[in-house]
Amino acid sequence: MDFPRDLKYTKEHEWVREEDDNTVVVGITDYAQDSLGDVVYVELPQEGGSVTKNEPFGVVESVKAVSDLYSPVTGTVVEVNDAIIDSPEAINEDPYGDAWMIKVELASPEELGDLLTAEEYQNYIEEEK
Amino acid sequence: MKERRLVFEKSRKGRVAVAPPVVDVPHVEPRELIPEELIREDIEGFPELSELDVIRHYTGLATLNFGVDTGFYPLGSCTMKYNPRIDEDVAALEGFTMLHPYQPEECCQGALRLMHELSTYLCEIGGMDALTLQPSAGAQGELCGLLVLVAYFRDRGSKRKKIIIPDTAHGTNPASSALAGFSVVEIGSSKNGIIEPADVERLMDEDTAGIMLTNPNTLGLFEENIKEIASIVHSKGGFVYCDGANLNALMGIARLGEMGVDLVQFNLHKTFATPHGGGGPGSGPLGVKRELAPYLPVPWVEKEGSRYRLVTDAPKSIGRCRAFYGNFLVMVKAYAYIRRMGREGLKEASKMAILNANYIKERLKEDFHLPYPQTCMHECVFSDRYQQAHGVTTMDMAKRLMDYGFHPPTVYFPLVVRGAIMVEPTETESPETIDSFIEAMKSIAREVRESPDVLKGAPHNAPVKRVDEVMASRRPRVRWQPFSDNG
Repeated sequence: MDFPRDLKYTKEHEWVREEDDNTVVVGITDYAQDSLGDVVYVELPQEGGSVTKNEPFGVVESVKAVSDLYSPVTGTVVEVNDAIIDSPEAINEDPYGDAWMIKVELASPEELGDLLTAEEYQNYIEEEK
Repeated sequence: MKERRLVFEKSRKGRVAVAPPVVDVPHVEPRELIPEELIREDIEGFPELSELDVIRHYTGLATLNFGVDTGFYPLGSCTMKYNPRIDEDVAALEGFTMLHPYQPEECCQGALRLMHELSTYLCEIGGMDALTLQPSAGAQGELCGLLVLVAYFRDRGSKRKKIIIPDTAHGTNPASSALAGFSVVEIGSSKNGIIEPADVERLMDEDTAGIMLTNPNTLGLFEENIKEIASIVHSKGGFVYCDGANLNALMGIARLGEMGVDLVQFNLHKTFATPHGGGGPGSGPLGVKRELAPYLPVPWVEKEGSRYRLVTDAPKSIGRCRAFYGNFLVMVKAYAYIRRMGREGLKEASKMAILNANYIKERLKEDFHLPYPQTCMHECVFSDRYQQAHGVTTMDMAKRLMDYGFHPPTVYFPLVVRGAIMVEPTETESPETIDSFIEAMKSIAREVRESPDVLKGAPHNAPVKRVDEVMASRRPRVRWQPFSDNG
C-alpha cells in the first residue's frame, strides 16, 4: 500500500497536497480505495461552493458501501475533477494522481497543522486493523 | 447451465397464446373513434408466444427462487426465520379479508380488537406505553418516530437539529434522520464493539434530539451501557430511539423501555415471523413512552368499556403516515404468532436464537477471524482476515457458499469490520441444518488454503455464474431493448 511522503492525511482517509497559491488538492487514500473496493459512483461539490473541515463534501459509492467524503480543510472549492465522475474507476487505479477530487482555497491555512504525516497515518491504519 | 433466454428472445412472429373468437360486429377504423396521438401501430418487441411457452418460461424462473422455504438463509440483521403457515391461514379468514377500510366501527369490532390487543402485546414486549401500527416497514417506523420527536420539540417552542448515531447502525438510521431534518453526528464504538458513555457525554448537548441506537447492535453485541447512556441523553432533555431490528434477541428476556429507551419500532417481518419483502408487505409499528404518545399518527384504537373505537381527534398528532391503518393482514399474522407462542414461547425463541448464533461462533472461530470474540446475542460477525493471505475475500466465500446450497450471510456489513461476514441463524433452524452450514464453512476455509482458485470462480453450480457487480453499477442496463445495438 502506498503512502506518498509529500502528502498530508486525515483519519477519514483523505489525502491533502499543498500547492503554492494557498490552495490544497484533496483526494482519498490508497487504503481508502482498497477498503471500498470497486468504486462505481462519486458525487463532488460545485466549483465555487464552500467546504468545512470535518464536514462531508461529497459521496463515494462502491459495490460494498456508500461513504461520505470529509473535507480536511475549510475553504472555497476552486476546481473540481469532473473526469472522475464519468470514470470513477480512476479512484481505484490512481488515487493519488488522476483521481484527485477537489482543489480548495484555504480559509484558515493553520488547519493544515492538524493533518497527519504519512508516517502518522500509516501507524493509525495499523492500529485500526 | 440451462439456457435462460428472455421471454422476448423466445418470441416467434405470429405465435399466440389465445385465439379470440371471429369478429361478428362491423369493423371500425380506430382513427374514427380515437385521437391520432393515442394510436400505436405496433408494440415494438412485444413477445409472441404460445400459452405453454409462457407457462414454461415463468415456471422455470420460479424454480430459481431461493427463500427460507427452500433453504438456510442466515442473512445477518434480517432475522430470516420460518414464517408459519398457520399464520397465513388465519390471515386468510374471510372475516379479515372481506373487510373494507371504510367499514363502520360497529361492523369491524373484531379487527379493531385485534389491533388493540396487538398494540398491547407489542408495548408489553418492548416496555412501551403507546403504539401506532401504521408504519409499513422498519424504516418508515424510524421516520415516524423521528417526526414524533420533531413534533415534541416544536410543541415546546424548540427545534433540535442533531441526532447521534453509532458507526455500527443500519444505513436506514441516518437516512431516516436526514429525511426528518436532522443532521447526523456519528459516534464510534469502542474496542469492545459497543458505545461508551463518555463518548455520549461528549457529543450530547441541548441541540441534539437524542441518540438512535440498535440493541443488540449490528455486531450482535448487547449495548451494556445502555442505562447509563440513556440517563446522559435524558439529562440533556433528549430521547433514546432504539431500532428494533434486532429485537429477536430480547423477546421476553429484557424490555427496552426498562433500559431507558423512549421509542422503538417493531419489525413484524423479522421478529414476529411475518414474511419479508416480496413474500408480503412489511410492517414496522412504532412504540413510545407516555410523554410522546400524543404525537403518534392517527387513527389509533381505543377501548371504551367493551367497545373499540378509532381515535382521530388528536390535535398534537403528526397526522397519518400511511393510508388507513397500515398493513392489516400482516398484523393478523403477527398477532397469531404472538398468541400461539405465548410469553414463554417468545422467550424460548430468543434464547434459541442466541444459542444458535453462539454455537456457530464457537465452532467456526478457528477457521474465521472473530473481530469481537465475546459472547454474542442472536448474530455473530466474522471477517476474512485469515483468508486474505490466500487472496480470497469475503465476497468469494459468500459466492462459494451458494455452491453448497446455502444463502450467503450478510457481507461487508457492519462497516466497522473489514470484510464482515454476519451470520444470523435464527431459532427456527434445526441442529442438523446448522451443523451442515458449519461443515460447509469449514470446507470453504479448507478450500481457501488448498485450492483458492475454486473460490475465485464461484459460484459454479448456481443458475447464474459470478455476476459483474461493478459493471452492473457503473453501466446498468435495466431493461431488455428490442435492437441488437443496445450497447
